[in-house]
Amino acid sequence: MSSPKLARQGSLQIVDLSKVLSFGSFFVTASRIRIMWKWRWSIAGEAIANPLFYLLSIGIGIGKFVGSHQSAGIDGVSYLKFLAPALLASACIIGAVNEVMHPTLEGFKWNKNFFAMNATPLSAKQIADGVLVAALVRALFGTVMYYIALLAFGGVSGWNSLWLLPATMFAAASFASVMLGVCAAVENPDLLLNIVNRLLIMPLFLFSGTFYSLKTMPLFLQVIGWFSPLWHSTEIGRWIAYGHSISGLGLVIHFAYMTVMLLVGVYFSRRFFAQRLAK
Amino acid sequence: MAPSGAGGTTVRRMSGESEVLINAAGLRKEYGDFVAVDGIDFQVKKGESFGFLGPNGAGKSTTMRIIAATLTRTAGEITILGKDPEKHGPEIRAHLGVVPQQDNLDNALTVEDNLYVYGRYFGLSKKFIRAKIEDLLDFAQLQEKRSVKVEALSGGMKRRLTIARALVSEPEILMLDEPTTGLDPQARHILWDRLFRLKEDGVTLLITTHYMDEAEQLCDRLIVMDKGRIMAEDSPANLIKTYSTKEVLEVRFGTDRNALYADQLKSMCERIEVLPDRILMYSNDCEQLLHEITQAGMHPTTSLVRRSSLEDVFLRLTGRSLVE
Repeated sequence: MSSPKLARQGSLQIVDLSKVLSFGSFFVTASRIRIMWKWRWSIAGEAIANPLFYLLSIGIGIGKFVGSHQSAGIDGVSYLKFLAPALLASACIIGAVNEVMHPTLEGFKWNKNFFAMNATPLSAKQIADGVLVAALVRALFGTVMYYIALLAFGGVSGWNSLWLLPATMFAAASFASVMLGVCAAVENPDLLLNIVNRLLIMPLFLFSGTFYSLKTMPLFLQVIGWFSPLWHSTEIGRWIAYGHSISGLGLVIHFAYMTVMLLVGVYFSRRFFAQRLAK
Repeated sequence: MAPSGAGGTTVRRMSGESEVLINAAGLRKEYGDFVAVDGIDFQVKKGESFGFLGPNGAGKSTTMRIIAATLTRTAGEITILGKDPEKHGPEIRAHLGVVPQQDNLDNALTVEDNLYVYGRYFGLSKKFIRAKIEDLLDFAQLQEKRSVKVEALSGGMKRRLTIARALVSEPEILMLDEPTTGLDPQARHILWDRLFRLKEDGVTLLITTHYMDEAEQLCDRLIVMDKGRIMAEDSPANLIKTYSTKEVLEVRFGTDRNALYADQLKSMCERIEVLPDRILMYSNDCEQLLHEITQAGMHPTTSLVRRSSLEDVFLRLTGRSLVE
């Protein structure tokens, strides 16, 4: 056994507390991305295959039927153009939610590595924020890939459509922040995963005006859409992509809803992280 | 022999030799109706190797988490490095190295990456961590495993990596919660050797254990805990001297007959303990005692003379065995 090459200086000399206080969340994000990097090929594969399958099967396949019955598709544009902002938003939101849920359940329950992080100068708040930001980085990557696929298939066009990216990311951030708090608060991860996948993601995907306008649904089903960040994001997306008509007030409500959701999500996720780590 | 309070001559003595790093007074932690830590007082000095000995549920881990500034206390006072953990959590945690009871490494990352990522959480520079990783891999005997994912390591290797990870920031205080539980004897001895080296480097060690041999090997001073209270506090050698005789005679007459002989044996020595499978007799000359027993016409099926240990101290203090 060789003796240490470095002379011991001690933590009082070497630990840079002010750096941790300022950039702690960033270090958490960086380590999450380091873990994602281990899965880079499957992440990239998913980001490419996901839009391809959807666009080929639904956008173009089903779009043929929609187009043949109505002269101008739906909402005054082709079915693919109608669908594009919704597909982009759902891929982005689901991507961010998954990337928030798994590490959080693992960090508190399966692997408990959040407790290891909390044994350093990092605070609960920094851990929560860092995990959220890392999930959004991953979602951004998936969203950009999806956007490129949409461009290639003609689902979106023009410089203006670039605005879809920030609008979509905003929706992903608001939903993911809430799910971050939920995951920190819940003690039974398996039950939570089943509920989220079967009873939350799926209905939101189907009842948020993704495949047809929400207005064609009975009112009691429309209500699901009103609570869904996916619907709000899709409405804004359609407005950006092809000028789908929204009143000024409608636009404000869509943004306000997502802003409130984000603020509530960030506040409670920080709080639940602190409570769970101090248990 | 175990290092006593007066021992530890190899410890590099510094000017702040008697500096108190941890000071607890009336420390108390309740979970609802359950009192996990019931008003305890203790002090830990710089460079000391301090142990919490007690059975599972004695309140050792709870005390450790309060010291680690990750759990709030219900009552009492405590300072670590002169600061209150509830007001200065990050400032205190910056100078602690924590080895939890259960390894909580990042399984998806390699051995090396685990050390790197953790170093960043202390605000250490990339350059420093890269150099430090070489030392730590040597220390933990994991050089050959550096690029292996943690999930592929053995239990002993994970334990050593967890300890190495806690050392990346060169902490003032290294806290180890049941460091060798679940390890085979060989892995335990490797780990003890590593901990001795740290002690020689002047690192203050805080160790919880329910293994008396571990406490005797590693601790300069320890407190014996049971049901959230401190039963005794001293060096291992002094505790044995105070609470037990020099030697112990263990005799077995067979499960049904042990109790039968107990009364007769009681009068022959300082103290006896009747356990389900054997009788412990406390005396300073146990060979002589064994001789007297046979003279009196009693013939135990097995007998063993051994030195007193912390197990005997615990039995004396609580009437119960450490490992149940």
